Amino acid sequence: MLTVLVFTPTAVALLLLALPPRTPVQALRAVWAATAAVELGLVVAVWAGYETGGGTQYEVRARWIPNAGVGYHIGVDGLSLPLLALTCVLFLACALHSLRENRRFREFAALFLFLQTTCLGLFVSLDLILFFVFFDLSIVAMYFVIAGWGHRDAKAAALKFFLYTFLGSLALLLGFIGLYLAAAPHTFDMVDLTRQNPLADRPAHAAPVLFAIVLGLAVKTPTVPFHTWLPPAHTEAPAAGSAILAGVLLKMGTYGFLRIAMPMLPDAWRRYALVLVVVGVLSVLHGALVALAQTDFKRMIAYTSVNHMGYILLGIGAAAQAAGTSAQARSLAITGSVTQMVSHGLITGALFLLAGALYERGRTYDMGAYGGVAATAPAFAILTGAAAFASLGLPGFSGFIAEFQIFTGALGPQPLATALSVLGILLTAGLFLRALRKILTGPPRPPNPSGAPRAFQDLRAHEYAGVAPLLVLAVILGIAPRFLLDVIEPASHAILEQLAR
Amino acid sequence: MSPALWSLIGLPLAAGTLLAPAGRRADRGAPPLATAVSALVLGLAVAAALRHPAVEAPLLEGLPLRLAVDGLSGVLVVTVAAVTLAVLLYSAARPGEEEARARFFGLMLLFEGSMLVTVTATTLPTLLMGWEVMGAASWALIGYRWREPERTAAAGTAFLTTRAADLGLYLAAGAALAAGPGPLALDGLARADEPWLSLVTAGVLVAALGKSAQLPFSFWLSRAMRGPSPVSALLHSAAMVVAGAYLLLRTGPLLDASGWGAEATAWAGAATALALGLVAVAQSDFKQLLAASTCAQIGFMVLAAGTGAATGGVLQLTAHAAAKSLLFLVAGAWLTAWGTQRLPALRGAARTDRVLGALCTVGALSLAGLPPLSLWAAKDVLLAGALEGSPWLYATGLAAAVLSAVYSVKILRFVWGRPEPRAGTAGRRIPGRAVIPLALLAAACVALTPMAFPPARDALTRYLGAEAQPVPHAWEFTLSGTLALLAAAAAWTRGDRPPPLPPRAERLARQWLGLEHAAHTLLVSPTLAAARAAAAFDDRVLDRAVNASARGAVGLARWTDRFIERAIDGAVEGVAATARRLGGQARRPQTGRLHQYLAQAVAAFSVIAAVLALVR
Repeated sequence: MLTVLVFTPTAVALLLLALPPRTPVQALRAVWAATAAVELGLVVAVWAGYETGGGTQYEVRARWIPNAGVGYHIGVDGLSLPLLALTCVLFLACALHSLRENRRFREFAALFLFLQTTCLGLFVSLDLILFFVFFDLSIVAMYFVIAGWGHRDAKAAALKFFLYTFLGSLALLLGFIGLYLAAAPHTFDMVDLTRQNPLADRPAHAAPVLFAIVLGLAVKTPTVPFHTWLPPAHTEAPAAGSAILAGVLLKMGTYGFLRIAMPMLPDAWRRYALVLVVVGVLSVLHGALVALAQTDFKRMIAYTSVNHMGYILLGIGAAAQAAGTSAQARSLAITGSVTQMVSHGLITGALFLLAGALYERGRTYDMGAYGGVAATAPAFAILTGAAAFASLGLPGFSGFIAEFQIFTGALGPQPLATALSVLGILLTAGLFLRALRKILTGPPRPPNPSGAPRAFQDLRAHEYAGVAPLLVLAVILGIAPRFLLDVIEPASHAILEQLAR
Repeated sequence: MSPALWSLIGLPLAAGTLLAPAGRRADRGAPPLATAVSALVLGLAVAAALRHPAVEAPLLEGLPLRLAVDGLSGVLVVTVAAVTLAVLLYSAARPGEEEARARFFGLMLLFEGSMLVTVTATTLPTLLMGWEVMGAASWALIGYRWREPERTAAAGTAFLTTRAADLGLYLAAGAALAAGPGPLALDGLARADEPWLSLVTAGVLVAALGKSAQLPFSFWLSRAMRGPSPVSALLHSAAMVVAGAYLLLRTGPLLDASGWGAEATAWAGAATALALGLVAVAQSDFKQLLAASTCAQIGFMVLAAGTGAATGGVLQLTAHAAAKSLLFLVAGAWLTAWGTQRLPALRGAARTDRVLGALCTVGALSLAGLPPLSLWAAKDVLLAGALEGSPWLYATGLAAAVLSAVYSVKILRFVWGRPEPRAGTAGRRIPGRAVIPLALLAAACVALTPMAFPPARDALTRYLGAEAQPVPHAWEFTLSGTLALLAAAAAWTRGDRPPPLPPRAERLARQWLGLEHAAHTLLVSPTLAAARAAAAFDDRVLDRAVNASARGAVGLARWTDRFIERAIDGAVEGVAATARRLGGQARRPQTGRLHQYLAQAVAAFSVIAAVLALVR
């Protein structure tokens, strides 16, 4: 089941490339959208068949490179299932949003389908090398998306993105090899490594291994100070590329913390958790402050991603501290962090798609170039307003559910860090209100891309179809989050147990 | 399970969510639909206040969503629902065909729903959800006419100021959970241990002061006057601003348990009542005066919460809601008619429209605390609590009550003044239908008075489930009534001469104590500067370091290419050249001449023979 889920997009991508060159573009569009819809259907089926609290399910274990202790081992649990679902939702949204993309559509669709395989594959991987392969392939695919379909300075931004995250992945590989060597018998299997806890009584070895893994994941997440690849990559990427980059690819980093670093190196994680908390707080505040100083709408959203990822680090770092806190608080912090991954994916995905719509009409992301957009584009204004309030953590949207859990759970163990991080939601409120005020309200000011101002057109059907469902999901999660939390909470408890060893 | 309570909050929230983004097509249907929903909500609110339902649904791990209506909530839900209905009836009757009415009515319902969640929540997370959505709805309502930048800026100020204070509730929730697991029930907060107890108290207190526009947060309410008058009539009289006072009344045990919270609350309220009373006296804009007086009147409720005078606080809350909504709606009607809300320009407005003038008089006299209107009696009931605690507190409260009389009479003095001859007359009058809700509010101002006296007061205390309340003596009623009458008379005779204050104090009061300026200087500007500095650091240091290391790598590659490569290549070439040279030299003996080979052989054998001989 999972193998089909993971590899169907790539199979369809190959099919797309093999179709005769004269195939009408409508057919290609239909194939892409249909594949994305089928994938979503598959993931819903997986969710329906998933037994809440039943540990890893849909497991497949096959020999791959047995000599090196590498196997094809996949499965889902409460940690990965929400992210699988998020991936499928976002890819469908991007497929719908990109229906009118007319530059080399066939290659664009094929690349996105391949990218979907790498993302899904990473989240189901239960083997470090498999994880690593998908991790790197996602970087490769995203490189081509940015370089091939980006804006003016896309080549340089794509190269920076590729080299930086690739370098990070090398650090990650070193860490993986460290775990492999420590295990007896040598293996890359995540389940075995978690069970063995191979570096439990060798703190001197555990520290560099943890350092390498955390470094690799921190570049991908990204956290301060490894985030400088993010703004140019987002600013130059096409809208759908940005949505996937922020919505799914960034989660690979935070997911790695929860899947690999915490359960496999619990001792070292507990010892160095304070470092992660500090990095988290710095990311929250620095990300929000820099975002506040931006005049470029998309760059601003990119920096809020740094801010939002910081909350996750705060949550998973604070959860490591057992003293002076209850199990409920720690579980809330971890559940909140996972919820934040899903929530940020939906909300920031929507914001980036809306930024794409903005660019299509005015050919610039500069907020000063727009004004009074709400007059001619009410749907755009309503969706942007809703997405902005969702992103600033308003109750009723998923962001509040995530951030409230993180703050409430983290305050006991880390009062100072949490008190500082809470300021982040005030800063994001300030910057989003300012952006809404500049772009949407005030006297209407038609965008003027080519010397001939034209009224700002409202969202077209395919753009609407891409964004609205994401926000509807964010609202559903904000009001009735139980269906998601029921899946995540057992996984949080499992991580806490592994961490307490 | 109680479907009635779910529909009480669900109905306005759902209708509002559907109506607000519905667009201009829904403009015609929106007013009747919204008033119908709001009437239904009032019915549900009354039913809930009588039957005290409670509901629960799972939300977060160990933190369920819990709503319940008890005595205090019962008064609040009915007040909120009633004022909302009155304001919506007024808005529906008022001319405004050119406006986006679906958005207006939808947002008002959304606001009502979130306020109802706030006052029925029994756990901190539930309360926070209603609390913050209310703030967002108020943002959208203040910025309702979004084409005018100063209105959206005011909306931003209001939202950001209240949210800054809301952070207190986030911290309070975390601290309460750190103190002990549980559903974070509001009535259990007092059981926390130190140091969490103080943190919870501080968080709740700051959030409440922010929402209720108490010192030092009051300035946002001044800015919020940029919003439409019906919005002020609901949000800034009966709903949003009283949420803070409600929360403090609700968490009375917490304030007591902390040891310092109750006294701090009482003095914060008293200080606001006095200082913002002075601000109100100094205003010459109708709505600004009303806004400052709202802060001051809510200061009395906060004072009541701090002194444990729940009954007095609730009486003040309902009586003030009626009077202030009425006055805001009157201000809105005159704004429509005369195109101004400046008091000097409204001179004689009441003479032109005597019905509105009479209604305005009822509202203003009630606000002035004149007997026999409701705010007079309510204030004495709540000040009885202050008198038991500290005479100073009582004196401050009484002084603030005198100020209420002064600023309220100031309104009347202007609107009943002799009109100056002016070009043009009143513009559009509001239609008769719009006067009905105003009349109802005015009737409430009178009808609420008996509630402050036994036996109704005792019944209210029992309904609220409050502990034994401090009982006001008859002389307190007489004293406050006399003082109010004297102050009113003095203010009337003084006329429109400026208040007897030192010029500097008067200027400060006119500018709302310079609070907004201070917030800008102390908080906003440094934050923006920090943001710019962080951005510069990001671009000039972090990013440059990354680029420099990339360039360094390329440089290293070039250097390697130039030096190491050359050295290695040179070495290889050197070896090759040596080999070639050696080869060349080795070739030299191979001359192809037999006799030379013979000679070489002879020489070689001789050497070998010599070596052998020597070695042996």
